[in-house]
Amino acid sequence: MQPTYSYWSVFKLVLARDLRIALRNKDDVINPLLFFVIVLTLFPLGIGPEPATLAKIAPGIIWVAALLSTLLSLDRLFKSDYADGALEQLILSPYPGFIWILAKVCAHWVLTGLPLILISPLLAGMLQLPLQSLEAVVITLLIGTPVLSFIGAIGAALTVGLQKGGVLLSLLILPLYIPVLIFATSAIDAATMSLPYSGQIAIIGALLAGAVTLAPFAIFSALKVSTN
Amino acid sequence: MEKVNSTPLLRAEQLTCIKQDRILFEHLDVAVYPGDIIQVAGPNGAGKTSLLRILAGLAQPHEGQVLYNSTPIDADPEQYHQSLLYIGHKAGVKAELSAEENLQFSLALHQHDANQAEALLESVGLLGFEDSLAAQLSAGQHRRISLAQLWSSHAKVWILDEPFTAIDVKGVAAIEQQILSHAQQGGCVILTTHQPLSLPENKVKTLTLKYRV
Repeated sequence: MQPTYSYWSVFKLVLARDLRIALRNKDDVINPLLFFVIVLTLFPLGIGPEPATLAKIAPGIIWVAALLSTLLSLDRLFKSDYADGALEQLILSPYPGFIWILAKVCAHWVLTGLPLILISPLLAGMLQLPLQSLEAVVITLLIGTPVLSFIGAIGAALTVGLQKGGVLLSLLILPLYIPVLIFATSAIDAATMSLPYSGQIAIIGALLAGAVTLAPFAIFSALKVSTN
Repeated sequence: MEKVNSTPLLRAEQLTCIKQDRILFEHLDVAVYPGDIIQVAGPNGAGKTSLLRILAGLAQPHEGQVLYNSTPIDADPEQYHQSLLYIGHKAGVKAELSAEENLQFSLALHQHDANQAEALLESVGLLGFEDSLAAQLSAGQHRRISLAQLWSSHAKVWILDEPFTAIDVKGVAAIEQQILSHAQQGGCVILTTHQPLSLPENKVKTLTLKYRV
């Protein structure tokens, strides 16, 4: 009688909707990316163009900037849906929260994480990072930024009902980002010294697997508490 | 009016709701049978929206439980949500999407055919506005976009919070007709409104919540 919808089609439905909304609201996409670029551009200006110094601190700068730019974009992940009532409709949809939350967080990553990865080779060059560590920068960002989106979404869900949740969100989420930061920068450092860095990548991969499978449940519970 | 032989579609048992240390209602029992139209009445702040949100499963009662077909709704929420259409205070319409895109999304999310969106918009008087971004439409038109779902919904239980807000007289009559025909087909409707309903009086049950201090 009625068309049946699979989980996959709902995933695509919510993903396409979020991407379409973001593309019509271009500020949301450009803002975190611009922040990332500006921070990375300011460092060589402030520290001086000494290649050895820049190359030494580059992994840390790239990752701290990626972390902060993700944080910048998290606040609006659920906020607009909360404000206009669309979040209630999603919670009351006949699908497990896991599916549409996964789609929303993936959309968030496509809009904030992916642009950073695409532009990172350029900025790594500007920071005098040796060529052999470029691969490590891209790989750590590729598997590390989704972790940032998933963990951050838990905080965003917890603070969605608050008027000024921004500060609380930073306090909640930043400590949880530290493991990703440590292993990602250490992987890039190892690559710079031409050492193997598959161990660090494996640990970030494990964090990603944990975040993808467990965070949506936490996010759903947090959203239900926030809308209660 | 009590139907002896049928079992309630939706039943609330001993609901107690406390908001900010104020008891909104206590030990409230509600039984909703197929064909019922229940108007929840009461002054502002009496807990009408809170009651509707508890019945929809959006909020947890302090005490008590809500049963759909004799199963607690939190035991199998997805099953319940398939039979539920909830339209809340906020229309749930995204400003960045067009009227048609908004409705298509709502329809697909509730497992309906999204291709009928255009026809449904026509039935709520939004023909010609399909491609306008919702940001350019009025509050009443937003509400019409979400209410258009009433014309396609297979859900048994409709929970409508102030459905007539910002809707003009003709629109109200059309929605009332839709509510009536849904009830006649064996569904049930729970709604709040401050306007008197122009539905036949024997069809509508009123549940009055008192403002408690």
